[in-house]
Amino acid sequence: MTTPTQRIPISANLFAGSLDSPRLLGSRCQACGETTFPAQEGCPSCTSQKCEPIPLSPRGTLWTWTIQRFPPPHPYAGDAENFAPYGVGYIELPEGVRIEARLSVSDPDRLEIGMEMELALEAFGRDEEGREIVTFAFRPLMGSDENGSQ
Amino acid sequence: MDIAIIGTGLKPFGRHDGMGAIEMGVSAARAALDDAGLSWAEIQLAFSGSLEILQPDTMIQHLGLTGIPFTTLYNGCATGGNLLLSAAHAITAGAGDIAIAVGIDKHPRGAFSVGDTLESIGLGQWYGETGLALNPQYFAMKTRRYMHDHGISEDCLHRTAAKAFINGSRTEHAWRRKAIPYDEIANSSLVCDPLRKYHFCSPSEGAAAVVICRADIAARFGSEPIFLRADVFRTRLYGSFETLSPSTPVKNAPSPSVQASRAAFEMAGIGPDEIDVAQLQDTEAGHEIMHMAECGFCADGEQEKLVFDGETSIDGRIPINTDGGLLANGEPIGASGLRQIHEACLQLRGRAGRHQVPGNPSTAFTHVYGFPGVSCVTVLST
Repeated sequence: MTTPTQRIPISANLFAGSLDSPRLLGSRCQACGETTFPAQEGCPSCTSQKCEPIPLSPRGTLWTWTIQRFPPPHPYAGDAENFAPYGVGYIELPEGVRIEARLSVSDPDRLEIGMEMELALEAFGRDEEGREIVTFAFRPLMGSDENGSQ
Repeated sequence: MDIAIIGTGLKPFGRHDGMGAIEMGVSAARAALDDAGLSWAEIQLAFSGSLEILQPDTMIQHLGLTGIPFTTLYNGCATGGNLLLSAAHAITAGAGDIAIAVGIDKHPRGAFSVGDTLESIGLGQWYGETGLALNPQYFAMKTRRYMHDHGISEDCLHRTAAKAFINGSRTEHAWRRKAIPYDEIANSSLVCDPLRKYHFCSPSEGAAAVVICRADIAARFGSEPIFLRADVFRTRLYGSFETLSPSTPVKNAPSPSVQASRAAFEMAGIGPDEIDVAQLQDTEAGHEIMHMAECGFCADGEQEKLVFDGETSIDGRIPINTDGGLLANGEPIGASGLRQIHEACLQLRGRAGRHQVPGNPSTAFTHVYGFPGVSCVTVLST
Protein backbone atom coordinates (compact mmCIF):
# COMPACT_ATOMS: atom_id res chain seq x y z
CA MET A 1 0.00 0.00 0.00
CA THR A 2 1.15 3.51 -0.73
CA THR A 3 0.58 6.31 1.68
CA PRO A 4 -1.48 9.10 0.14
CA THR A 5 0.55 12.27 -0.29
CA GLN A 6 -0.24 14.84 2.32
CA ARG A 7 -1.53 18.10 0.91
CA ILE A 8 -1.46 21.54 2.45
CA PRO A 9 -3.02 24.76 1.18
CA ILE A 10 -0.68 27.51 -0.04
CA SER A 11 -2.28 29.77 2.53
CA ALA A 12 -4.44 29.21 5.58
CA ASN A 13 -7.97 30.62 5.41
CA LEU A 14 -8.43 30.15 1.65
CA PHE A 15 -10.36 26.88 1.99
CA ALA A 16 -13.34 25.82 4.09
CA GLY A 17 -13.05 22.37 5.67
CA SER A 18 -11.16 19.46 4.15
CA LEU A 19 -9.18 19.56 0.91
CA ASP A 20 -10.82 16.21 -0.01
CA SER A 21 -13.94 18.07 -1.08
CA PRO A 22 -12.57 21.57 -1.50
CA ARG A 23 -14.64 24.70 -1.11
CA LEU A 24 -13.32 28.25 -0.98
CA LEU A 25 -13.90 30.19 2.22
CA GLY A 26 -15.60 33.53 1.69
CA SER A 27 -17.52 35.82 4.01
CA ARG A 28 -21.08 37.11 3.88
CA CYS A 29 -22.21 40.32 5.48
CA GLN A 30 -25.01 39.71 7.97
CA ALA A 31 -26.23 43.26 7.40
CA CYS A 32 -26.32 43.63 3.59
CA GLY A 33 -25.79 40.07 2.32
CA GLU A 34 -22.81 40.83 0.08
CA THR A 35 -20.11 38.15 -0.27
CA THR A 36 -16.35 38.69 -0.33
CA PHE A 37 -13.33 36.44 -0.92
CA PRO A 38 -10.99 35.90 0.91
CA ALA A 39 -13.07 36.12 4.08
CA GLN A 40 -12.86 39.39 6.02
CA GLU A 41 -14.61 40.85 9.02
CA GLY A 42 -15.46 44.32 7.77
CA CYS A 43 -17.93 44.70 4.92
CA PRO A 44 -16.57 46.58 1.89
CA SER A 45 -20.13 47.26 0.72
CA CYS A 46 -22.07 48.61 3.73
CA THR A 47 -19.20 49.24 6.23
CA SER A 48 -20.66 46.89 8.87
CA GLN A 49 -18.34 44.66 10.92
CA LYS A 50 -20.68 41.71 10.77
CA CYS A 51 -19.26 39.43 8.05
CA GLU A 52 -19.39 35.69 8.80
CA PRO A 53 -17.29 33.05 7.05
CA ILE A 54 -19.15 30.84 4.53
CA PRO A 55 -18.07 28.07 2.17
CA LEU A 56 -18.52 29.24 -1.44
CA SER A 57 -20.18 27.30 -4.25
CA PRO A 58 -17.68 25.18 -6.16
CA ARG A 59 -19.37 25.92 -9.50
CA GLY A 60 -19.88 29.08 -11.51
CA THR A 61 -19.52 30.66 -14.93
CA LEU A 62 -16.51 32.25 -16.59
CA TRP A 63 -17.00 36.05 -16.55
CA THR A 64 -13.72 36.99 -18.24
CA TRP A 65 -10.32 35.41 -18.83
CA THR A 66 -6.80 35.85 -20.17
CA ILE A 67 -3.67 33.77 -20.70
CA GLN A 68 -0.59 34.76 -18.66
CA ARG A 69 2.16 34.37 -21.27
CA PHE A 70 5.27 35.64 -19.45
CA PRO A 71 6.78 34.39 -16.19
CA PRO A 72 5.49 36.57 -13.35
CA PRO A 73 8.09 38.55 -11.37
CA HIS A 74 8.84 38.08 -7.68
CA PRO A 75 7.17 36.69 -5.53
CA TYR A 76 5.90 34.07 -8.02
CA ALA A 77 6.42 30.61 -6.49
CA GLY A 78 5.74 28.60 -9.67
CA ASP A 79 8.42 27.26 -11.99
CA ALA A 80 9.55 30.43 -13.77
CA GLU A 81 12.49 28.71 -15.52
CA ASN A 82 10.36 26.10 -17.28
CA PHE A 83 7.51 28.53 -17.56
CA ALA A 84 4.33 27.45 -19.33
CA PRO A 85 1.54 29.95 -19.98
CA TYR A 86 -1.51 29.55 -17.76
CA GLY A 87 -5.08 30.74 -17.87
CA VAL A 88 -6.51 33.26 -15.41
CA GLY A 89 -10.14 34.21 -15.09
CA TYR A 90 -12.93 35.52 -12.91
CA ILE A 91 -15.59 32.92 -12.11
CA GLU A 92 -19.02 34.22 -11.22
CA LEU A 93 -20.57 32.30 -8.32
CA PRO A 94 -24.24 32.15 -7.30
CA GLU A 95 -23.37 34.10 -4.12
CA GLY A 96 -23.00 37.25 -6.24
CA VAL A 97 -19.23 37.35 -6.23
CA ARG A 98 -16.64 36.75 -8.94
CA ILE A 99 -13.49 34.91 -7.87
CA GLU A 100 -10.15 35.45 -9.60
CA ALA A 101 -8.38 32.13 -10.17
CA ARG A 102 -5.88 30.22 -12.23
CA LEU A 103 -7.62 28.12 -14.86
CA SER A 104 -6.78 24.49 -15.63
CA VAL A 105 -6.95 25.39 -19.33
CA SER A 106 -4.39 27.56 -21.13
CA ASP A 107 -5.65 27.01 -24.68
CA PRO A 108 -7.64 30.11 -25.71
CA ASP A 109 -9.76 28.00 -28.06
CA ARG A 110 -11.15 26.12 -25.06
CA LEU A 111 -12.18 29.20 -23.10
CA GLU A 112 -15.32 31.21 -23.63
CA ILE A 113 -17.15 33.82 -21.58
CA GLY A 114 -20.20 32.25 -19.94
CA MET A 115 -18.93 28.65 -19.89
CA GLU A 116 -19.54 26.59 -16.76
CA MET A 117 -16.57 26.05 -14.47
CA GLU A 118 -15.86 24.08 -11.32
CA LEU A 119 -13.35 24.38 -8.50
CA ALA A 120 -10.25 22.18 -8.63
CA LEU A 121 -6.99 21.94 -6.74
CA GLU A 122 -3.71 22.70 -8.46
CA ALA A 123 -0.38 21.41 -7.19
CA PHE A 124 2.13 24.19 -6.51
CA GLY A 125 5.37 22.49 -5.43
CA ARG A 126 6.24 20.82 -2.12
CA ASP A 127 7.22 22.08 1.30
CA GLU A 128 10.34 20.98 3.26
CA GLU A 129 8.48 17.95 4.62
CA GLY A 130 7.56 16.72 1.14
CA ARG A 131 3.94 17.67 1.46
CA GLU A 132 2.23 18.81 -1.71
CA ILE A 133 1.31 22.50 -1.66
CA VAL A 134 -1.97 23.20 -3.40
CA THR A 135 -3.83 26.27 -4.51
CA PHE A 136 -7.26 26.65 -6.06
CA ALA A 137 -8.07 26.74 -9.76
CA PHE A 138 -11.18 26.44 -11.88
CA ARG A 139 -11.67 24.01 -14.77
CA PRO A 140 -14.35 23.63 -17.44
CA LEU A 141 -17.22 21.68 -15.88
CA MET A 142 -17.61 18.93 -18.49
CA GLY A 143 -14.29 19.17 -20.26
CA SER A 144 -11.26 16.93 -19.95
CA ASP A 145 -8.46 18.16 -17.78
CA GLU A 146 -5.17 18.64 -19.55
CA ASN A 147 -2.97 20.63 -17.28
CA GLY A 148 -2.47 18.52 -14.22
CA SER A 149 -5.26 19.76 -12.01
CA GLN A 150 -7.16 17.19 -10.05
CA MET B 1 -11.26 76.59 -8.54
CA ASP B 2 -9.21 79.73 -8.72
CA ILE B 3 -5.85 78.24 -9.55
CA ALA B 4 -3.57 78.98 -12.50
CA ILE B 5 -0.81 76.80 -13.92
CA ILE B 6 2.09 79.10 -14.68
CA GLY B 7 4.88 76.66 -15.48
CA THR B 8 5.46 73.06 -16.52
CA GLY B 9 8.63 71.05 -17.10
CA LEU B 10 9.79 67.55 -17.94
CA LYS B 11 12.82 65.38 -17.61
CA PRO B 12 11.68 63.50 -20.72
CA PHE B 13 10.51 59.95 -20.03
CA GLY B 14 12.64 57.06 -21.23
CA ARG B 15 15.86 55.55 -19.96
CA HIS B 16 18.49 57.70 -18.27
CA ASP B 17 21.25 55.31 -17.27
CA GLY B 18 23.60 56.86 -14.77
CA MET B 19 21.15 59.58 -13.76
CA GLY B 20 19.38 59.30 -10.42
CA ALA B 21 15.70 59.91 -9.92
CA ILE B 22 16.31 62.82 -7.55
CA GLU B 23 18.51 64.46 -10.19
CA MET B 24 15.70 64.00 -12.73
CA GLY B 25 13.25 65.61 -10.33
CA VAL B 26 15.52 68.60 -9.85
CA SER B 27 15.85 68.91 -13.62
CA ALA B 28 12.06 68.86 -14.15
CA ALA B 29 11.48 71.30 -11.29
CA ARG B 30 14.01 73.77 -12.74
CA ALA B 31 12.40 73.45 -16.18
CA ALA B 32 8.97 74.26 -14.69
CA LEU B 33 10.41 77.18 -12.69
CA ASP B 34 12.10 78.55 -15.83
CA ASP B 35 8.80 78.22 -17.70
CA ALA B 36 7.08 80.21 -14.96
CA GLY B 37 9.87 82.78 -14.76
CA LEU B 38 10.35 82.01 -11.08
CA SER B 39 13.22 80.97 -8.85
CA TRP B 40 13.01 78.21 -6.23
CA ALA B 41 13.22 80.88 -3.51
CA GLU B 42 9.75 82.10 -4.53
CA ILE B 43 8.08 78.69 -4.09
CA GLN B 44 6.04 78.55 -0.87
CA LEU B 45 4.68 74.98 -0.94
CA ALA B 46 6.00 71.81 -2.54
CA PHE B 47 4.60 68.33 -3.19
CA SER B 48 6.40 65.26 -4.55
CA GLY B 49 5.61 61.62 -5.24
CA SER B 50 7.27 58.43 -6.45
CA LEU B 51 6.94 54.65 -6.31
CA GLU B 52 10.64 53.75 -6.29
CA ILE B 53 12.01 56.68 -4.27
CA LEU B 54 10.89 56.64 -0.67
CA GLN B 55 11.58 60.33 -0.05
CA PRO B 56 11.53 62.37 -3.25
CA ASP B 57 11.35 65.50 -1.08
CA THR B 58 15.11 65.06 -0.51
CA MET B 59 15.51 66.93 -3.81
CA ILE B 60 15.21 70.08 -1.69
CA GLN B 61 18.91 69.67 -0.82
CA HIS B 62 19.70 70.55 -4.44
CA LEU B 63 16.92 73.09 -5.04
CA GLY B 64 17.64 75.06 -1.89
CA LEU B 65 16.86 74.76 1.82
CA THR B 66 14.30 77.51 2.11
CA GLY B 67 12.33 75.94 4.96
CA ILE B 68 9.05 75.52 3.06
CA PRO B 69 6.62 72.64 3.74
CA PHE B 70 7.42 69.82 1.28
CA THR B 71 4.79 67.05 1.33
CA THR B 72 5.29 63.59 -0.14
CA LEU B 73 2.41 61.34 -1.17
CA TYR B 74 1.81 58.20 -3.19
CA ASN B 75 -1.41 57.05 -4.87
CA GLY B 76 -0.29 54.47 -7.42
CA CYS B 77 -0.64 55.54 -11.04
CA ALA B 78 -2.81 58.48 -9.91
CA THR B 79 0.08 60.01 -7.91
CA GLY B 80 0.81 62.82 -10.38
CA GLY B 81 -2.85 63.79 -10.46
CA ASN B 82 -3.07 63.93 -6.69
CA LEU B 83 0.16 65.97 -6.43
CA LEU B 84 -1.42 68.73 -8.48
CA LEU B 85 -4.72 68.46 -6.63
CA SER B 86 -3.05 68.59 -3.22
CA ALA B 87 -1.00 71.61 -4.20
CA ALA B 88 -4.15 73.33 -5.48
CA HIS B 89 -6.05 72.50 -2.30
CA ALA B 90 -3.23 73.84 -0.16
CA ILE B 91 -3.35 77.18 -1.99
CA THR B 92 -7.16 77.25 -1.81
CA ALA B 93 -6.89 76.65 1.94
CA GLY B 94 -4.64 79.66 2.25
CA ALA B 95 -1.40 77.85 3.06
CA GLY B 96 0.46 79.84 0.40
CA ASP B 97 0.15 81.51 -3.00
CA ILE B 98 2.67 79.65 -5.17
CA ALA B 99 3.27 75.89 -5.17
CA ILE B 100 5.16 73.26 -7.12
CA ALA B 101 4.28 69.59 -7.71
CA VAL B 102 7.09 67.25 -8.78
CA GLY B 103 6.66 63.59 -9.72
CA ILE B 104 9.62 61.28 -10.31
CA ASP B 105 10.34 57.62 -10.92
CA LYS B 106 13.00 55.25 -12.14
CA HIS B 107 11.65 51.75 -12.64
CA PRO B 108 13.65 48.62 -13.39
CA ARG B 109 13.09 47.09 -16.83
CA GLY B 110 10.31 44.52 -17.23
CA ALA B 111 6.83 44.19 -15.78
CA PHE B 112 6.09 45.98 -12.52
CA SER B 113 6.64 43.78 -9.48
CA VAL B 114 4.32 44.13 -6.53
CA GLY B 115 7.33 44.18 -4.21
CA ASP B 116 8.75 41.80 -1.67
CA THR B 117 5.58 41.37 0.31
CA LEU B 118 1.99 41.57 -0.83
CA GLU B 119 1.18 42.93 2.60
CA SER B 120 2.56 46.28 1.46
CA ILE B 121 -0.43 46.49 -0.91
CA GLY B 122 -2.96 44.94 1.45
CA LEU B 123 -3.06 41.45 -0.10
CA GLY B 124 -2.08 37.93 0.96
CA GLN B 125 1.32 36.61 -0.13
CA TRP B 126 -0.41 33.60 -1.78
CA TYR B 127 -1.91 35.98 -4.34
CA GLY B 128 1.54 36.83 -5.68
CA GLU B 129 2.98 33.37 -5.20
CA THR B 130 0.27 31.79 -7.38
CA GLY B 131 0.79 34.27 -10.22
CA LEU B 132 -2.35 36.38 -9.87
CA ALA B 133 -0.81 39.67 -8.75
CA LEU B 134 -0.17 41.12 -12.20
CA ASN B 135 -1.72 44.31 -13.56
CA PRO B 136 -1.50 43.13 -17.21
CA GLN B 137 -3.90 40.28 -16.39
CA TYR B 138 -6.45 42.76 -15.13
CA PHE B 139 -5.99 45.08 -18.10
CA ALA B 140 -6.54 42.09 -20.40
CA MET B 141 -9.54 40.71 -18.52
CA LYS B 142 -11.35 44.03 -18.23
CA THR B 143 -10.64 44.68 -21.91
CA ARG B 144 -11.91 41.24 -22.96
CA ARG B 145 -15.16 41.63 -21.05
CA TYR B 146 -15.63 45.13 -22.45
CA MET B 147 -15.01 43.94 -26.02
CA HIS B 148 -17.54 41.14 -25.44
CA ASP B 149 -20.20 43.46 -23.97
CA HIS B 150 -19.79 46.43 -26.31
CA GLY B 151 -18.66 45.06 -29.66
CA ILE B 152 -15.10 46.41 -29.67
CA SER B 153 -12.80 44.58 -32.12
CA GLU B 154 -9.10 43.77 -32.01
CA ASP B 155 -8.78 46.15 -34.96
CA CYS B 156 -9.78 48.98 -32.60
CA LEU B 157 -6.96 47.98 -30.21
CA HIS B 158 -4.41 47.95 -33.07
CA ARG B 159 -5.56 51.33 -34.42
CA THR B 160 -5.43 52.90 -30.95
CA ALA B 161 -1.85 51.71 -30.43
CA ALA B 162 -0.82 52.78 -33.95
CA LYS B 163 -2.20 56.28 -33.27
CA ALA B 164 -0.17 56.49 -30.04
CA PHE B 165 3.08 55.69 -31.84
CA ILE B 166 2.28 58.15 -34.67
CA ASN B 167 1.80 60.85 -32.02
CA GLY B 168 5.03 59.76 -30.31
CA SER B 169 6.90 60.04 -33.63
CA ARG B 170 5.75 63.69 -33.83
CA THR B 171 6.77 64.54 -30.23
CA GLU B 172 10.42 65.50 -29.75
CA HIS B 173 10.52 64.54 -26.08
CA ALA B 174 8.70 61.18 -26.46
CA TRP B 175 10.52 57.93 -25.69
CA ARG B 176 9.12 55.76 -28.53
CA ARG B 177 9.58 57.90 -31.62
CA LYS B 178 9.01 55.24 -34.29
CA ALA B 179 5.54 55.09 -35.84
CA ILE B 180 5.02 51.34 -35.48
CA PRO B 181 2.95 50.10 -38.46
CA TYR B 182 -0.48 48.56 -37.89
CA ASP B 183 0.59 45.10 -39.08
CA GLU B 184 3.57 45.02 -36.72
CA ILE B 185 1.24 45.83 -33.82
CA ALA B 186 -1.38 43.27 -34.91
CA ASN B 187 1.28 40.56 -35.30
CA SER B 188 3.25 41.35 -32.14
CA SER B 189 3.36 38.63 -29.50
CA LEU B 190 0.49 38.10 -27.10
CA VAL B 191 1.31 39.21 -23.55
CA CYS B 192 -2.04 38.60 -21.84
CA ASP B 193 -4.72 37.72 -24.39
CA PRO B 194 -6.20 39.68 -26.13
CA LEU B 195 -3.48 42.28 -25.44
CA ARG B 196 -0.21 42.18 -27.37
CA LYS B 197 3.26 43.59 -26.87
CA TYR B 198 2.63 46.86 -28.73
CA HIS B 199 -0.71 47.43 -27.01
CA PHE B 200 1.14 47.95 -23.71
CA CYS B 201 3.16 50.77 -22.19
CA SER B 202 6.43 49.98 -20.43
CA PRO B 203 7.77 51.13 -17.08
CA SER B 204 10.29 53.92 -17.71
CA GLU B 205 12.17 56.75 -16.00
CA GLY B 206 11.59 60.46 -15.86
CA ALA B 207 10.17 63.41 -13.98
CA ALA B 208 7.55 66.09 -14.46
CA ALA B 209 6.83 69.27 -12.55
CA VAL B 210 4.07 71.87 -12.51
CA VAL B 211 4.07 75.31 -10.86
CA ILE B 212 0.73 76.79 -9.84
CA CYS B 213 -0.47 79.94 -8.13
CA ARG B 214 -3.59 81.79 -7.05
CA ALA B 215 -5.40 82.72 -10.24
CA ASP B 216 -5.69 86.38 -9.25
CA ILE B 217 -1.92 86.83 -9.11
CA ALA B 218 -1.12 84.84 -12.27
CA ALA B 219 -0.74 87.98 -14.39
CA ARG B 220 2.36 88.93 -12.34
CA PHE B 221 4.35 86.18 -13.94
CA GLY B 222 5.76 86.12 -17.42
CA SER B 223 4.19 82.94 -18.66
CA GLU B 224 0.80 82.47 -20.28
CA PRO B 225 -1.40 81.04 -17.48
CA ILE B 226 -3.64 78.02 -17.93
CA PHE B 227 -6.57 77.82 -15.55
CA LEU B 228 -7.48 74.78 -13.49
CA ARG B 229 -11.26 74.70 -13.86
CA ALA B 230 -11.70 71.43 -11.96
CA ASP B 231 -9.49 68.89 -10.23
CA VAL B 232 -11.13 65.82 -8.67
CA PHE B 233 -9.83 62.70 -6.91
CA ARG B 234 -12.02 59.63 -6.32
CA THR B 235 -11.48 56.13 -4.95
CA ARG B 236 -13.48 53.07 -5.95
CA LEU B 237 -17.00 52.26 -4.89
CA TYR B 238 -18.10 48.77 -3.97
CA GLY B 239 -18.92 47.06 -7.28
CA SER B 240 -16.24 48.66 -9.46
CA PHE B 241 -13.95 46.10 -11.14
CA GLU B 242 -10.38 46.99 -10.18
CA THR B 243 -6.86 45.70 -10.65
CA LEU B 244 -5.36 43.21 -8.18
CA SER B 245 -8.74 42.07 -6.82
CA PRO B 246 -8.95 38.46 -5.57
CA SER B 247 -12.70 38.86 -5.87
CA THR B 248 -15.09 41.42 -7.27
CA PRO B 249 -18.84 41.70 -6.67
CA VAL B 250 -21.43 40.96 -9.35
CA LYS B 251 -23.16 44.13 -8.17
CA ASN B 252 -22.02 46.93 -10.46
CA ALA B 253 -20.88 50.48 -9.65
CA PRO B 254 -19.37 53.30 -11.70
CA SER B 255 -15.56 53.25 -11.80
CA PRO B 256 -13.52 55.94 -10.00
CA SER B 257 -12.77 57.40 -13.45
CA VAL B 258 -16.52 57.80 -14.09
CA GLN B 259 -17.10 59.39 -10.70
CA ALA B 260 -14.14 61.76 -10.94
CA SER B 261 -14.97 62.84 -14.51
CA ARG B 262 -18.63 63.53 -13.81
CA ALA B 263 -17.75 65.61 -10.74
CA ALA B 264 -15.04 67.50 -12.63
CA PHE B 265 -17.25 68.44 -15.57
CA GLU B 266 -19.92 69.61 -13.15
CA MET B 267 -17.40 71.64 -11.15
CA ALA B 268 -15.96 73.22 -14.31
CA GLY B 269 -19.31 73.94 -15.93
CA ILE B 270 -17.74 72.55 -19.10
CA GLY B 271 -19.02 69.34 -20.72
CA PRO B 272 -17.02 66.57 -22.38
CA ASP B 273 -18.35 67.72 -25.77
CA GLU B 274 -16.64 71.08 -25.17
CA ILE B 275 -13.17 69.57 -24.57
CA ASP B 276 -10.67 70.23 -27.38
CA VAL B 277 -7.90 67.80 -26.34
CA ALA B 278 -7.76 64.94 -23.81
CA GLN B 279 -5.02 62.94 -22.09
CA LEU B 280 -6.37 59.59 -20.81
CA GLN B 281 -4.61 56.84 -18.84
CA ASP B 282 -3.51 54.37 -21.53
CA THR B 283 -1.57 51.68 -19.72
CA GLU B 284 -2.57 49.70 -22.81
CA ALA B 285 -4.79 50.29 -25.81
CA GLY B 286 -7.78 48.61 -24.15
CA HIS B 287 -7.87 51.12 -21.34
CA GLU B 288 -7.62 54.15 -23.60
CA ILE B 289 -10.70 52.81 -25.36
CA MET B 290 -12.60 52.09 -22.12
CA HIS B 291 -11.57 55.38 -20.53
CA MET B 292 -13.01 57.29 -23.51
CA ALA B 293 -16.44 56.13 -22.36
CA GLU B 294 -15.73 56.21 -18.61
CA CYS B 295 -14.60 59.84 -18.83
CA GLY B 296 -17.71 60.80 -20.80
CA PHE B 297 -16.35 61.33 -24.32
CA CYS B 298 -18.61 58.71 -25.92
CA ALA B 299 -21.10 55.97 -25.10
CA ASP B 300 -19.93 52.40 -24.57
CA GLY B 301 -19.25 50.82 -27.96
CA GLU B 302 -19.02 54.07 -29.91
CA GLN B 303 -15.22 53.88 -29.73
CA GLU B 304 -15.15 51.34 -32.56
CA LYS B 305 -16.36 53.89 -35.12
CA LEU B 306 -14.62 56.90 -33.54
CA VAL B 307 -11.25 55.17 -33.66
CA PHE B 308 -11.84 53.73 -37.15
CA ASP B 309 -12.72 57.23 -38.39
CA GLY B 310 -9.57 58.70 -36.85
CA GLU B 311 -11.52 60.99 -34.51
CA THR B 312 -9.01 60.43 -31.66
CA SER B 313 -6.03 61.46 -33.83
CA ILE B 314 -4.37 64.86 -33.49
CA ASP B 315 -6.53 66.25 -36.30
CA GLY B 316 -9.69 64.39 -35.20
CA ARG B 317 -12.76 65.62 -33.37
CA ILE B 318 -11.48 64.58 -29.90
CA PRO B 319 -7.69 64.23 -30.01
CA ILE B 320 -6.48 61.82 -27.30
CA ASN B 321 -2.97 61.37 -25.93
CA THR B 322 -1.43 63.84 -28.33
CA ASP B 323 2.15 63.23 -27.13
CA GLY B 324 1.74 59.46 -27.58
CA GLY B 325 0.52 58.93 -24.02
CA LEU B 326 1.89 56.14 -21.88
CA LEU B 327 2.41 53.91 -24.91
CA ALA B 328 4.99 56.26 -26.43
CA ASN B 329 6.38 57.71 -23.17
CA GLY B 330 6.30 54.78 -20.80
CA GLU B 331 5.13 55.19 -17.25
CA PRO B 332 7.33 56.55 -14.48
CA ILE B 333 4.44 56.17 -12.05
CA GLY B 334 5.06 59.19 -9.83
CA ALA B 335 5.53 61.52 -12.80
CA SER B 336 2.99 60.30 -15.32
CA GLY B 337 0.01 62.42 -14.29
CA LEU B 338 2.08 65.62 -14.40
CA ARG B 339 3.36 64.70 -17.88
CA GLN B 340 -0.28 64.88 -18.95
CA ILE B 341 -0.58 68.38 -17.44
CA HIS B 342 2.61 69.41 -19.26
CA GLU B 343 1.19 68.15 -22.56
CA ALA B 344 -2.22 69.75 -21.99
CA CYS B 345 -0.54 73.11 -21.30
CA LEU B 346 1.67 72.83 -24.39
CA GLN B 347 -1.50 72.27 -26.43
CA LEU B 348 -3.45 75.13 -24.84
CA ARG B 349 -0.53 77.53 -25.28
CA GLY B 350 -0.09 76.45 -28.91
CA ARG B 351 3.47 75.31 -28.28
CA ALA B 352 3.22 71.61 -29.17
CA GLY B 353 5.00 71.89 -32.51
CA ARG B 354 4.50 68.85 -34.76
CA HIS B 355 1.98 67.29 -32.35
CA GLN B 356 -0.06 70.49 -31.97
CA VAL B 357 -3.83 70.07 -32.25
CA PRO B 358 -5.04 72.48 -34.96
CA GLY B 359 -7.61 75.23 -34.37
CA ASN B 360 -6.23 76.85 -31.18
CA PRO B 361 -7.62 74.45 -28.56
CA SER B 362 -8.88 76.31 -25.48
CA THR B 363 -10.05 73.43 -23.22
CA ALA B 364 -8.25 70.28 -22.10
CA PHE B 365 -8.91 67.24 -19.92
CA THR B 366 -6.47 64.95 -18.12
CA HIS B 367 -7.13 61.60 -16.45
CA VAL B 368 -5.05 59.13 -14.46
CA TYR B 369 -6.22 55.83 -13.03
CA GLY B 370 -4.42 53.35 -10.81
CA PHE B 371 -4.34 50.77 -8.02
CA PRO B 372 -6.26 50.25 -5.76
CA GLY B 373 -9.03 51.88 -7.81
CA VAL B 374 -8.11 55.58 -7.75
CA SER B 375 -8.55 58.27 -10.34
CA CYS B 376 -7.68 61.96 -10.66
CA VAL B 377 -8.96 64.15 -13.47
CA THR B 378 -8.60 67.80 -14.37
CA VAL B 379 -10.40 70.21 -16.66
CA LEU B 380 -8.15 73.02 -17.92
CA SER B 381 -8.77 76.09 -20.03
CA THR B 382 -6.95 79.10 -21.43
